[in-house]
Amino acid sequence: MSTREIIVTVNGTAQRHAVEPRLLLSDFLRQTLGLTGTHVGCEHGVCGACTILLDGDSIRSCLIFAVQADGCAIETVESLGRIGKLNALQQAFHEHHALQCGFCTPGMLMTATDLLKKYPLASDDEIREGLSGNLCRCTGYEHIVAAIRAMKEQAE
Amino acid sequence: MKPAAFEYVVAESIEGAVAALAEARGEAKIIAGGQSLVPMLNFRLLRPAILVDINRIPDLAYVREEPDAIRIGALTRHHQLETSPVIARHFPVLREAMTHVAHLAIRNRGTIGGSLSHADPAAELPMMALLLDAALRVVSGTGARAVKARDFFQDALSVDLAVDEIVTEIMLPKLPERTGWGFAEVSRRSGDFALAAVAVTLALADRTISEARIAMTGVAPTPRRVREAEALLVGRRVDCALTKEVVGLVRAATEPQTDLHASADYRRHLVGVLAGRALSAAWQRAEAA
Repeated sequence: MSTREIIVTVNGTAQRHAVEPRLLLSDFLRQTLGLTGTHVGCEHGVCGACTILLDGDSIRSCLIFAVQADGCAIETVESLGRIGKLNALQQAFHEHHALQCGFCTPGMLMTATDLLKKYPLASDDEIREGLSGNLCRCTGYEHIVAAIRAMKEQAE
Repeated sequence: MKPAAFEYVVAESIEGAVAALAEARGEAKIIAGGQSLVPMLNFRLLRPAILVDINRIPDLAYVREEPDAIRIGALTRHHQLETSPVIARHFPVLREAMTHVAHLAIRNRGTIGGSLSHADPAAELPMMALLLDAALRVVSGTGARAVKARDFFQDALSVDLAVDEIVTEIMLPKLPERTGWGFAEVSRRSGDFALAAVAVTLALADRTISEARIAMTGVAPTPRRVREAEALLVGRRVDCALTKEVVGLVRAATEPQTDLHASADYRRHLVGVLAGRALSAAWQRAEAA
């Protein structure tokens, strides 16, 4: 088993590890680094649970190999806030009951972070469209949409 | 669900990439955005011995305007196309199509070269390449060639690319001045592959159509142009009777399949409805132009 050494900056900390080329970035984050906030659902790019930011852009961490991220900056849900000190988006999710079981939540948060940066999200339709790549089986999405709408309104 | 082991090669240049492909003699796959390839690797539907990563090749992601054409680097991400002012100005129909391509996290990563080379029979970009008379620049160790989109897509997931060749650029000739466009798609959920989609451009000279293009996807092994309907439209003005004729020709040009998502009959019906809508939108825009 050949490995390759990579250096990635994860949530602001440089990480140097030897990885097998076939190691998915999602598994690298969870198993090698122990950052289990990033959830793994479908492992083929459909459910959105493993969404992270790579050099600032949201991507599916199950559709990229850790070796490909060499030299890149990664942000996971752990970068947003912590218990007792949630960031504004997490606080909005909390206040609007935008999560139940919580499995989809890390992906929803990272997706919403990028959506809020890139799109006007002027209507609920646009918010729903933006969230359409992230599956939630609990909430029916209503409260997630409400949380993101609140973030927009807050910004205005 | 994890991929089988593979050897990983980072290509620093196009020459390096094609040399690695040639050396591997068909055992290598190129990875660009990986948004179609990695799921296939995860499912082990594909088990290439070598992955050649082209993401670090410099200057392969661009949208360049020339007097008569727009050139798009193969590594240009979908989100770049979606937000490019040059694309919005010259090919608003492509800009509209991009909003139907998957989701932001996929569009951030997926590339135009990858989408065209993968050639999913329900994808938007192959249809748009066909609609816009794209020419693809294909490079191997022995040189470069240009392939027209109409010759490139051969079958479902099958294109005119040898195992040692790579798509490096997509050239889109600019459209005539007074061109209207229409795009209509139905998918089960927002961002899914199309059950069917139709894109139309109509160029006007005086008060009648001087050039018509109709492309569709999701209803045959490859995207298709509907040349008979295009020919019928030239010299005419769009009205109800003509639209009906066009819709009939569109439906006749399909070879839809039944799958979990829709029956062949439904797809054939749907593509006609979408063609009518796209044609009507294109006509209104052309008249207003």
